[in-house]
Amino acid sequence: MSERVNVEKKSPVPGNTPDGTEPEGTEPGGTEPGGKSGARPGGKSGARPGGKRGVKSAGDASPVAAAKAEAVLPALGPMGMLRWAWTQLTSMRTALFLLLMLAVAAVPGSLFPQRPTNPSVVTQYIKDHPDYGKILDSLQLYDVYSSAWFSAIYILLFVSLIGCVVPRAIAHYKAMRSQPPRTPARLSRLPEYGTLVIPADAGIPASGAITDAAALLKKRGYRVDVRDHDGARPSVGAERGFLREVGNLVFHTSLIGVLVSVAVGGLFGYSGQRILVEGDTFVNTLVGYDQFTPGTNFQSSQLQPYSVQLDKFQITFDRESKGKFGQPIDFKADVTTKETPDAPAKKEVLKVNDPLSLGGTSLYLTGNGYAPVVTVRDGAGNIAMQGPVVAKLQGDNYYSSVVIKVPDAKPEQLAFAGFFLPTAFVTDKGVSFSGDPELINPQLTLNSYYGDLGLNDGSPQNVFELDVKKLTPLNARNLETKGIVLTPGTTHTLPDGKGTISFDGVKRYVGVDIHHNPGQLYALIFALLAVAGLVTSLYVNRRRVWVRTGTHADGRTMVEYGLLARGEDHRLASEASAVRKLLAGAWDLDDSQSAPSGGVDNDRADTTLPGAGAEQASPDHPAADFIQSTAGSSEPKKDQ
Amino acid sequence: MFPINETMGQYSELFMLLAAGTYTVAFIAFAWDLAKSSKMLRAVDLRAAELAAAEAARVPVGAGVGASSAAVDRADSDVAGPVGRAERPSSSVAHTATGNAAGIGQTADGAMRYSAERRAPARVAVALTVLGVAIHAAGVITRAIGSGRVPWGNMYEFLTTGAFVVVAVFLVVLIKRDLRFLGTFVVGLAIIMLVAASVAYWTPVGHLVPALQSYWLIIHVSIAVMSSALFTLTFAMSALQLVQSHRQKAIAAGGSDKLGFMRLVPSALSLENLSYRINAIAFVGWTFTLMFGAIWAEKAWGRFWGWDTKEVWTFVIWVVYAGYLHARATRGWTGTRAAWLSIVGYLCVVFNFTIVNQFFNGLHSYSGL
Ligand code: HEM
Repeated sequence: MSERVNVEKKSPVPGNTPDGTEPEGTEPGGTEPGGKSGARPGGKSGARPGGKRGVKSAGDASPVAAAKAEAVLPALGPMGMLRWAWTQLTSMRTALFLLLMLAVAAVPGSLFPQRPTNPSVVTQYIKDHPDYGKILDSLQLYDVYSSAWFSAIYILLFVSLIGCVVPRAIAHYKAMRSQPPRTPARLSRLPEYGTLVIPADAGIPASGAITDAAALLKKRGYRVDVRDHDGARPSVGAERGFLREVGNLVFHTSLIGVLVSVAVGGLFGYSGQRILVEGDTFVNTLVGYDQFTPGTNFQSSQLQPYSVQLDKFQITFDRESKGKFGQPIDFKADVTTKETPDAPAKKEVLKVNDPLSLGGTSLYLTGNGYAPVVTVRDGAGNIAMQGPVVAKLQGDNYYSSVVIKVPDAKPEQLAFAGFFLPTAFVTDKGVSFSGDPELINPQLTLNSYYGDLGLNDGSPQNVFELDVKKLTPLNARNLETKGIVLTPGTTHTLPDGKGTISFDGVKRYVGVDIHHNPGQLYALIFALLAVAGLVTSLYVNRRRVWVRTGTHADGRTMVEYGLLARGEDHRLASEASAVRKLLAGAWDLDDSQSAPSGGVDNDRADTTLPGAGAEQASPDHPAADFIQSTAGSSEPKKDQ
Repeated sequence: MFPINETMGQYSELFMLLAAGTYTVAFIAFAWDLAKSSKMLRAVDLRAAELAAAEAARVPVGAGVGASSAAVDRADSDVAGPVGRAERPSSSVAHTATGNAAGIGQTADGAMRYSAERRAPARVAVALTVLGVAIHAAGVITRAIGSGRVPWGNMYEFLTTGAFVVVAVFLVVLIKRDLRFLGTFVVGLAIIMLVAASVAYWTPVGHLVPALQSYWLIIHVSIAVMSSALFTLTFAMSALQLVQSHRQKAIAAGGSDKLGFMRLVPSALSLENLSYRINAIAFVGWTFTLMFGAIWAEKAWGRFWGWDTKEVWTFVIWVVYAGYLHARATRGWTGTRAAWLSIVGYLCVVFNFTIVNQFFNGLHSYSGL
């Protein structure tokens, strides 16, 4: 149990909550501290939370039990059950519970490999852990963020959120349009309370003082309502800070907006990849992609046929620091783009952290490497293949693997597999490695094969892998023919007159990711709205001020005022002294009286007559009904 | 790209070492302050307790504002009744109550404002911390000059700069609030961070990998470090809050005060209130961290959210602290439970920084190791 709850229970005074100070919670705004629980759709807002709070405030043994009894007792059948379930779901406690569940549920996604990002790692993981790898899969632990349980939590959370936001918004709308709440009978019970005395010779009657107070408060941004202006004890009720609740509502609503935007992106977006060797051109059509992932509602007509040609790709390597020698520190791709096939060509630069925008898509530089240029001639001396071969990064310093498939070679198809090293070194043991990322001593080491590549049956093949099972090796390290070692400009003749392979030069390639996400902009807008709402709800203070005046028998005008905060408000005390200063200033009261809190007249006293407090109060006064209301946080009673 | 200046880097390391040394002396002074004040407060409390007993015969307990029963006031404030509740931050009575109470002057009061009382060791400790942070600043700046960029591009730099921010934020808060009772914790943590940086994560000055070369590095990381520094303070306060609330309960139940040094620490409720306010600021900061991270991810990797490990943990932290804010507004979840949430949140922050950076593979693996 928290301290705060203890405090509430111990309090001997009924109605010790701030709301308790308001007679019967008649004002519509009274629903809102209990808004989540009370203002159910269709529920008579105010009635229930008021009642419940009453029960609790009176110090009844178990408010929770009482609430439960209230909720369960009327055996209402299915409708009642639904209602009850809805109330539970939209309670603050459930929201908190779901939030914590969401935090816990997100964790496994960081512990296990995830399919959407690393499908191959997941496959490997399942292979490596035969005992439980499959079980984890059936629990959707490789697809955490699209799993049934993760979705269930956040969908429930958002249903709860909507169920909470809508009634709150309605209640708040009403509160904003209604008058400030009635003046409590005993202002001295409010967390901030003080009295002022206007001397009789000042000639300010009780009604005049109230008019002044109302004007001052209005100027300070309060909405004011004067009551009983010409009566014996006129008063003014004032309220400000409605933006706090507005901010809170905007924040929560915007979270829904973010979620919806993300969903929209998934529906209508698409993404794909393409590798471009220097000189290559990418055209934004389905066939232009090496890999393409459409959203659920994607249509190929969405693709605008722009083109991007990679002119040159440059890398700067770190040659300064010892620890990072040879690490890339800058990538720069010079490209020529055309918005449409007929549009004028444009020179642009594509860099990491600096994507290109074209035809509603964004293009990102996500990878790069070397592409050795080779020429393969078959046994008949015809060129069977010529051009750059994309080498796949394998190790440090661009140590890369190369696979060359030559289906056009005759009479038999040829294939090569091996490595490309930009700066080749060989250790004493004959292990070769790349000593530098730059092309200082480029080398191709290959094995060669002949036979049927199996490309004709139409089944898709990975261009970076070679299945050598059905092929016959021609060159290999363990054969008499040995492996092929090529440097630029050299040619190797294959055994048995099968042909030749020449290493003509080296180009660079880049990997480009292309994304289209129509939800993105909206997600950003909602996120910004959410932050604005959050800051507003945390830093705007919702406050109420009441001032009541009366005329003492000796002609003095007695003024008492009280302040109440709704929600966290640690600056209520300084607001109280500011209001005090304003009032004192308006009536030219002397300084001693305008001293802030702590003075004689700031002590609480039970006043039935304004001014009486000022007289009775003294440091020794036991302040019989002195109550400490929960000024700083009137909110803990929100939940049921 | 600015050239690397190795000499500056070496100066930086020297400054870091000197800062750690100064902090160590400050740490000792803070600890001395705790021990000394605790002794003094015990004496004051004993006297006050006698006074209170005498007064209790006259006035019913708990009825008077600021009945000058310091012992009760400090120890039981949350359970004793009105006096304790007077510590609610906005209540003007707080000033009266705490002001009147004899002996309470030594501790940070409910609102954690400074009192007139002088605590010599604490002053020495703060002065040393200021000296330490100045040297530390020199270390951070020379590191920045040495590498020609913002000094937070790898684990070593996160740690050294982060430690600086933690201490600096602490000192800034000290201007307004008397949080000197947190001194041993904050300075101790800074020492650990500096030592860990130099021993386990040392990295020479160097350039950034291309993915980090963005102005978002400046925005995103600086806000993250600031928020983490604030979370560090609230973590310490929440931990103390748990201890204090345990102690208060024990005393209220008539037990003896076994944790004498906790006299220097404000009541559990005051700790909770202030840590809530700091956590609220830090939460806004973390929200920005997350958002700016997403915007940067969109620029660098082409998607604004991809459940990368670092993203997952940033999200988890955000949700935990959102839970904390909700807990404050949920009955039955204030006080101790909220404090636990704040602690769990901070443990996630630490986990995100250490374990995730080092042992998880993801796009964010820029630890520089
Ligand atoms: C994605 C889920 C949610 C998140 C991230 C979230 C976040 C937040 C945050 C950060 C605050 C602090 C702002 C403030 O104190 O005014 C807040 C306040 C609040 N939230 Fe939520 N919330 C979520 C769901 C919910 C749900 C489902 C409910 C209702 C059932 C709810 C009810 C409230 C209420 C009543 C407050 C005001 C607390 C106060 O005034 O102190 N929230 N929420």
